[in-house]
Amino acid sequence: MAEEIAIPGWKKWLEGIGDQVEFFFKFFRNIFTGGFEWSEFVRQCYEIGYRSMMLVGITSFIMGVVLIVQLRPTLVAFGAASMLPKTLSVSFIREIGPVIIAIICAGKIASSIGAELGSMKVTEQLDAMEVSGANPLQYLVVTRILATTIMVPILSVIGDLIGLFGGFLALNLRDNMSFSLYFTKVVGSIDFSDFLPAFVKTIFFGFAIGFVGCYKGFHSNKGTESVGIAANSAVVTASLWIFVIDAIAVQVTSLLFYK
Amino acid sequence: MAEETVKTGEKNKAKTGNEVVIAIKGLKKSFGKKHVLKDINLEVKRSENVVVLGRSGTGKSVTIQCIVGLLRPDGGSLKVFGDEVAEMSDKELKQLRIKIGFLFQSGALYDSMTVRENLEFPLTRVLKLKDQGEIDKRVEDALTSVGLLEAIDKLPSDLSGGMRKRAGLARTIIVNPEIILYDEPTTGLDPITSREISDLILSIQKKYKTSSIIITHDMECARIAADRMLIMDDGVFIAEGTFEGLHKSKNKTVEAFFKDIL
Ligand SMILES: Nc1ncnc2c1ncn2[C@@H]1O[C@H](COP(=O)(O)OP(=O)(O)OP(=O)(O)O)[C@@H](O)[C@H]1O
Ligand SMILES: [Mg+2]
Repeated sequence: MAEEIAIPGWKKWLEGIGDQVEFFFKFFRNIFTGGFEWSEFVRQCYEIGYRSMMLVGITSFIMGVVLIVQLRPTLVAFGAASMLPKTLSVSFIREIGPVIIAIICAGKIASSIGAELGSMKVTEQLDAMEVSGANPLQYLVVTRILATTIMVPILSVIGDLIGLFGGFLALNLRDNMSFSLYFTKVVGSIDFSDFLPAFVKTIFFGFAIGFVGCYKGFHSNKGTESVGIAANSAVVTASLWIFVIDAIAVQVTSLLFYK
Repeated sequence: MAEETVKTGEKNKAKTGNEVVIAIKGLKKSFGKKHVLKDINLEVKRSENVVVLGRSGTGKSVTIQCIVGLLRPDGGSLKVFGDEVAEMSDKELKQLRIKIGFLFQSGALYDSMTVRENLEFPLTRVLKLKDQGEIDKRVEDALTSVGLLEAIDKLPSDLSGGMRKRAGLARTIIVNPEIILYDEPTTGLDPITSREISDLILSIQKKYKTSSIIITHDMECARIAADRMLIMDDGVFIAEGTFEGLHKSKNKTVEAFFKDIL
């Protein structure tokens, strides 16, 4: 162990990057080689998607309510209370929904993937799978990364809808607005250019969550405490990735759409 | 594999018995500054059971992990079926691993799967069997041989330590490997089950002409299963011989292992 301290930090960091790139290519190669593990993929979609639905629903609902309650006084002061639905829908769909939901998913999904694969590593299950001649990347990694890449965008869309519905209920605490009017205003205020970039970035968020979770689990050390470390650093790293991707996505979208 | 051994027939018996399947020369492996394996030399012939004894932490597990390519040796030569393991491509390594069964010290059952699914995994993923009838039969046969048929639909978390070990053993032998590496197959088992497992190891060897390396601290298992025994200490083998031969040894370390045996 003493030798490991001797390796300078930047060198380890670079090595880590190299490992991640290698892991990415291995993942990519394994999507197309050999048989695809359909049943495991479906099981993961269920675990990742369905099991996170409740959490995503509740948080999005509350975010919708809170945003309306917070925005209302400001907009009323400017005599722009009728802008509430538009303000909510644009901010929720473009930015708040995808990012908050992705962060929630990072906390729930990346950590559980990191912990699961980490404990498989510690208990030699990954080694056992490899030694048997089976392919742990194909069975465990490809299925999980693809499942998050597909399920996180779906969760985001559902979260957006629930958040907007929460906003509608909050709005009705003070103002009286029929659902059909609210709905018309929301739909009227959202452009394709609001929805599409936001949706595309959730695909990247989903990929990052699955990739980081799998990478951290797969590359955890042997030893019980490394399971906790793998789960923890999966959440931290995935959250960081989400903000970095978001920052890049904002630049790209504003170049392409908003001018 | 069974057919193959039948075909070789009686007259080739001496020849197959002399074929070296694992040849290790001057194997070295360090972790950082810790030199675990210093100079390991070992030959295992076809249809031979080699038992390796040694104190905890001397590098027994590391040795067999090098054989399947889980760990990369730092030096020396390690050939399995005549090919250098370190020089194999991923594909060749995979082909080799299909022929080698590996029983992990911990059992290493896949804990999200039932015992049945654990045993089906190598059949469907590695041997790519499709016929569910054949798969079921092989799973049941393997579980019967380790006395665990009643636990077939249980999850590993619902099994005792010894049951997990036996399920791991069943998963190892189910693919009929040509070489089996057992890492402490009887540790943590009661004397009766230990005895049964040792007999099972012997009967697998006789039936399928498998070559095995058996790491154990269980002298009863060594007595039953060993054709030849090696004693490892501090990264080298310090003694070699049959059970009876080593029993008479005057070497202190060797004596220590046999001190309770009359
Ligand atoms: N992956 C690894 N990384 C670092 N050190 C390791 C690794 N694997 C084993 N070691 C070290 O190598 C030494 C030998 O370990 P090994 O597991 O081979 O012992 P063993 O002879 O099997 O002992 P036991 O009878 O307790 O199982 C130990 O000191 C261990 O700390
Ligand atoms: Mg060991």
